Amino acid sequence: MSELHAETVAFVRDTMLPPALPPARQRGVTLWLRENLFSGPLNTVLTLLGLAAVWFIVSHLWPWFANSVWNASSMAECRAAVAAKAGEDATGACFGVIRERWNQFIYGFYPSALYWRPTIVFGLMLFAVAPVLFSESRGLRWAVLGFAAVASFAAAVAVGIPPRAALITGGVFVLWAALIEYAPRRALVLSLLFPFLAVWLLWGGSVWPVVSALAGFVLGGVVWRLAARLGLGLLAVALGIAATVAWWLWLGPDAAADLHAMLPVALDRVESRSFGGFLLALTIGVSGIVMSLPLGIILALARQSDMPVVKSLAVMFIEFIRGVPLITLLFVASILLNYFLPPGTNFDIILRVIIMVTLFASAYMAEVIRGGLAALPRGQYEAADSLGLDYWKAQRLIILPQALKISIPGIVGTFIGMFKDTTLVTFVGLFDPLKQMADTIRATFEWKGAYWEPYVFTGTIFFIICFAMSRYAMYLEQRLKRDHR
Amino acid sequence: MRQIVFLATAAAAALAAGGAMAAEGETLAQVKARGVLNCGVNTGLVGFAAPDANGNWSGFDIAICKAVAAAVLGDASKVKYVPTTGQTRFTALSSGEVDVLARNSTWTFQRDTDLKLDFAGVNYYDGQGFMVRKDLGVSSAKELDGATICIQTGTSTELNLADWFRANNMTYQPVNIDSNAEGEQQYMAGACDAYTTDASGLAATRAAFADPDNHIILPEIISKEPLGPAVRHGDNNWGDIVRWVLYALISGEEYGVTSANIEELSKSSTNPDVQRMLGATDDYGAMLGLDKEWAKRAIAASGNYGEIFAANIGEQTPIGLARGLNALWTQGGLMYAMPFR
Repeated sequence: MSELHAETVAFVRDTMLPPALPPARQRGVTLWLRENLFSGPLNTVLTLLGLAAVWFIVSHLWPWFANSVWNASSMAECRAAVAAKAGEDATGACFGVIRERWNQFIYGFYPSALYWRPTIVFGLMLFAVAPVLFSESRGLRWAVLGFAAVASFAAAVAVGIPPRAALITGGVFVLWAALIEYAPRRALVLSLLFPFLAVWLLWGGSVWPVVSALAGFVLGGVVWRLAARLGLGLLAVALGIAATVAWWLWLGPDAAADLHAMLPVALDRVESRSFGGFLLALTIGVSGIVMSLPLGIILALARQSDMPVVKSLAVMFIEFIRGVPLITLLFVASILLNYFLPPGTNFDIILRVIIMVTLFASAYMAEVIRGGLAALPRGQYEAADSLGLDYWKAQRLIILPQALKISIPGIVGTFIGMFKDTTLVTFVGLFDPLKQMADTIRATFEWKGAYWEPYVFTGTIFFIICFAMSRYAMYLEQRLKRDHR
Repeated sequence: MRQIVFLATAAAAALAAGGAMAAEGETLAQVKARGVLNCGVNTGLVGFAAPDANGNWSGFDIAICKAVAAAVLGDASKVKYVPTTGQTRFTALSSGEVDVLARNSTWTFQRDTDLKLDFAGVNYYDGQGFMVRKDLGVSSAKELDGATICIQTGTSTELNLADWFRANNMTYQPVNIDSNAEGEQQYMAGACDAYTTDASGLAATRAAFADPDNHIILPEIISKEPLGPAVRHGDNNWGDIVRWVLYALISGEEYGVTSANIEELSKSSTNPDVQRMLGATDDYGAMLGLDKEWAKRAIAASGNYGEIFAANIGEQTPIGLARGLNALWTQGGLMYAMPFR
């Protein structure tokens, strides 16, 4: 008998066993279910209750969606179609009301021959914001621009854009996209001009009052620059504002009238009362969002200021606006203001509402941004001072970029809340998409009783818009996450 | 809601303190200069005012706007409809935003005096009623003791309901709702035993149900709701125009002047009232500051009162309202136009 290993042991394995899968209970779906849904008696019960709730809701709602009828021109017809499809006692949604009246949910009473104008404005709005919102990601920017151009152009063609306008629009889209690509800083000037273009396209009328309003801003800017060069400081700002207001009040209207007489460039005029549905919600919401952010920043800085008058004014404004419900402000805008203004003053109702909504949102915005300012370590302020920066430079270069970054969730929350609050204009007789427009459509006998369908439709659109805003905020937070890398 | 009440009070106070009073003849001149009649209407009420898919308004109240526009401007389509809510309607009128308010508004003491409105007449006599499910086994509103009742807040119907139950020594549980659509939904879902609003509204609601036969409207009418077009205090000429346009529509029915035979009758009628009204003899239009054929155009716009009623809310329409109190005085109703003399 040899002492060799090979002869003392019957078998020696010389390869490794292939790795086996964990036992069935320890992997895959089973493991996930066990760990996450059934990890103990309490969790098991809660899971089962949750499933029961989901089943309860789905089983009740599903038939309503499954039996929905799109091709019907009245509730009675619709009920008959549902009964024919799913039996006598079946319930079914009547989306025929959306098919027949979608235009009013989107555009309100805007003249149907002119639907293309708001449609194009929506596309142009995305063009105006894309270089600002997606300045760092070329791919995303192009995706947004492509979507804006194609979708709004296709929609405008579908609602009957005249050929000449289509040609101009196509040209504008292409040129603007090229400008954003090759001269992004110049494109920002176009973004600043967009609000004026939008006002002209939405309300129509002569182009010259809009140009004159723009000229007022330019004049104010020039006066401010000149005065600042003379070293007038804050007085320069005041002079600039005074110049703008003076132009608007005295010279501007005459200049606009004269120019219109010389070179009449005009679109069909559309009354503010004709605005409704999502056109109204977006008009108010977008203007409110765009204006409330800068106003909120100024208010937040004012409230942090060392100057007692500025500070107390800011505190009074913010606390007053936050202490009053939005509906009250809207009522003041629509009813009480009529008694304070001289008789015969025609102060546009949408403009009044936009002003009130902006003031309301800016007060909340100021507090959100103040939170961001307060969260910055003292060292940042001191660092800015030690670099020898003056107040505005320190704010612009060091403080605000960080404070705004911290405040993004709050800012976007305020935006979303404000956009949804635009439906409150129903109380001053404007046609918001959620309630007033739906109630008005239900006032035709054919659609009386169509209660949930409009809610589902408008709710879906609101969700899409708000969800997009919320996702953008998440993307922005990711992009700006510089500290923990 | 409290804010709304407060603001309404504040607005009313501001009104009382001296809202813009219209001067005699001013409104007519403004409307003619503008070329468009601003007519305050409901934001949507079945049969009375509703826009179609193209935004064209139609309805019982809309016909009044059209008739006034036809009489004053010669064209029934020259109307700008300004939709107003229950809260904004009277301020819209007194601030001059609208020239006439044809928005199923009840003519009440306080509105006529304190709010400084002038009601030009009554175009629909309404009243508050109740609707219940048939299987509730109730046949009279007197049997509704202890019932839950769906009631729209902030309206006169809410006050009427409280008054009527108190007067009859009964109790009820209110279920507050915000709009007609919500009320229907609550009633259908069984949240309340009875639904109360104006009888015309109840009829329209019931007609739109999937199962109208399972619901009944109780016979009791617990309030008077005379609805009519209103104008501002101060401009009596304008008030006269709206009043006599309404009377022309009612007289048209009384004398058998319809949109179909009006051309013929304006030449051949031997009835002196008709001759004066349609401008065949005398120039009654000049006394209003209008031309001779104002009433002819008003009736031609959407027909006489009976035609307007039949086309929008009458028994041939799905809403199916009977004439009842709104029949002519010669047929047992209350519709009585002053003589054209």
